Amino acid sequence: MTRQTTPGAVAPQPSPWAAVANGLNGATRRLPTWPVYLFGLLPVPWFFWKALNGEMGVNPVEALEHRYGLFALQFLVAGLAVTPLRRLLGINLIRFRRAIGLTAFFYVLAHLSVWALLDVQSLAAIWKDIVKRPYITIGMTGFLCLLPLALTSNNWSLRRMGPLRWRRLHRLTYPAVLLGSAHFVMLVKGWQTEPILYFGAIVGLLLLRLVPGR
Amino acid sequence: MRRQPRSLTWADVTPEADFLNRRALLAGAGALGLAALARPLQAAGAYSTDEAPNSFEDITQYNNFYEFGWDKTDPARYAEALTTDPWSVKIDGMVERPGTYDLAELMAGLAIEERIYRLRCVEAWSMVIPWNGFELRGLLNKVGVQPSAKYVAFETLFRPEEMRGQRTSALDWPYREGLRLDEAMNPLTLIATGLYGKTLPNQNGAPLRLVVPWKYGFKSIKSIVRITLTDQEPPTTWNMLLPREYGFYANVNPEVDHPRWSQASERRVGSGLFAKKQPTLMFNGYADEVAGLYSGMDLAKFY
Repeated sequence: MTRQTTPGAVAPQPSPWAAVANGLNGATRRLPTWPVYLFGLLPVPWFFWKALNGEMGVNPVEALEHRYGLFALQFLVAGLAVTPLRRLLGINLIRFRRAIGLTAFFYVLAHLSVWALLDVQSLAAIWKDIVKRPYITIGMTGFLCLLPLALTSNNWSLRRMGPLRWRRLHRLTYPAVLLGSAHFVMLVKGWQTEPILYFGAIVGLLLLRLVPGR
Repeated sequence: MRRQPRSLTWADVTPEADFLNRRALLAGAGALGLAALARPLQAAGAYSTDEAPNSFEDITQYNNFYEFGWDKTDPARYAEALTTDPWSVKIDGMVERPGTYDLAELMAGLAIEERIYRLRCVEAWSMVIPWNGFELRGLLNKVGVQPSAKYVAFETLFRPEEMRGQRTSALDWPYREGLRLDEAMNPLTLIATGLYGKTLPNQNGAPLRLVVPWKYGFKSIKSIVRITLTDQEPPTTWNMLLPREYGFYANVNPEVDHPRWSQASERRVGSGLFAKKQPTLMFNGYADEVAGLYSGMDLAKFY
């Protein structure tokens, strides 16, 4: 349907939604990004302290490992949501994306450390698990995808690589997040709802990238 | 006409103190040389491990009982909703005296013993639990096993209005498990009705659950309502869902890994954040008692 334009009509009014998005963008533009790191990572020592003091149940190693792993996945999902939010809803949180992504990486690192140092406890067993256990192979591959992204998440690397190469490298996020959530689906007994919901949300956020923008 | 037996309640169970007194008395009798009296006590004692049991809190706050949810803390949170009195168990199949027995009838004449057993979960964690219960073989002898029977099948209660996990179809309810008859008749195989001398908490499978200490925990089916003697290997829940990962036998075996993780070592629940893992023992340390049941079998094939 073509829009009827009457002579002398002004440009169409911005929709109420655009006003909300603009308001949000205006408000967040003035916010610093460091609180993402501070408040995002505060749970690392907090849950470690709780686990140490028996406040995370009777199997604190498993509880801590799963807690960090879940935070990692949640921040990865948040990072993936930034682009669709901007393209489809006009909400621009791109300034926070590096902080969100790095926070996710630190959680993956914490998760991996608990697994290696407190859970498996031996180098030989770690290596054996990586080679022999598909869900660990997959989790580890996801971590290896994230590693160069974390190392290049700074202005110096961005300038050195140039935006095109940098962006191409950072597409590794997609396989990394998919592998991370597949790792979650595979590690539980049977088919459980929670990991499948994460997997579905991630696939959904990736598919939204194929929707033409506004 | 059959007289309706007075229904017994938990108030009729011998109090813990008297139960312990009786043990002390029996031990005294043994010391006096009344060997005939003391022998069964010593035999029962021989099945208990001398490892330190986990705390009551460990045992009751960390459970896999999917009828109440997937999280380890869900059973402690939601199992309260389960009504365990009245309770009856249907015993059918190849038995001399089939029927629906209420709990008191079922337990009448069966000696409750304390058995401190290791429990090894297929997820590579373990506990030591002081169960109270009776030997399954006592019950089977009471109802009379027909010579043609080769297996025992068990079923958990299906009552979604009280067991919230059953409102989803995560597992094919009711939960089912089974044993070969010789496994069921092994003196280690227990039907637990309590732990730490207390009534069995709901989250641990009240009012009665199986305990097969040389097998992974999922074999030890909880809140049993049906026991069937059969000549066919019965279908079992985890085996039906994931046959490559969970076998019918499910004997604890450090040399046969789960497809997704190693079974060579285990984490003792309750040992804290920095505790070392410990090696898993063949048949969970009960090889002397049960290895003979599987002589000549390829345990990597019959996992």
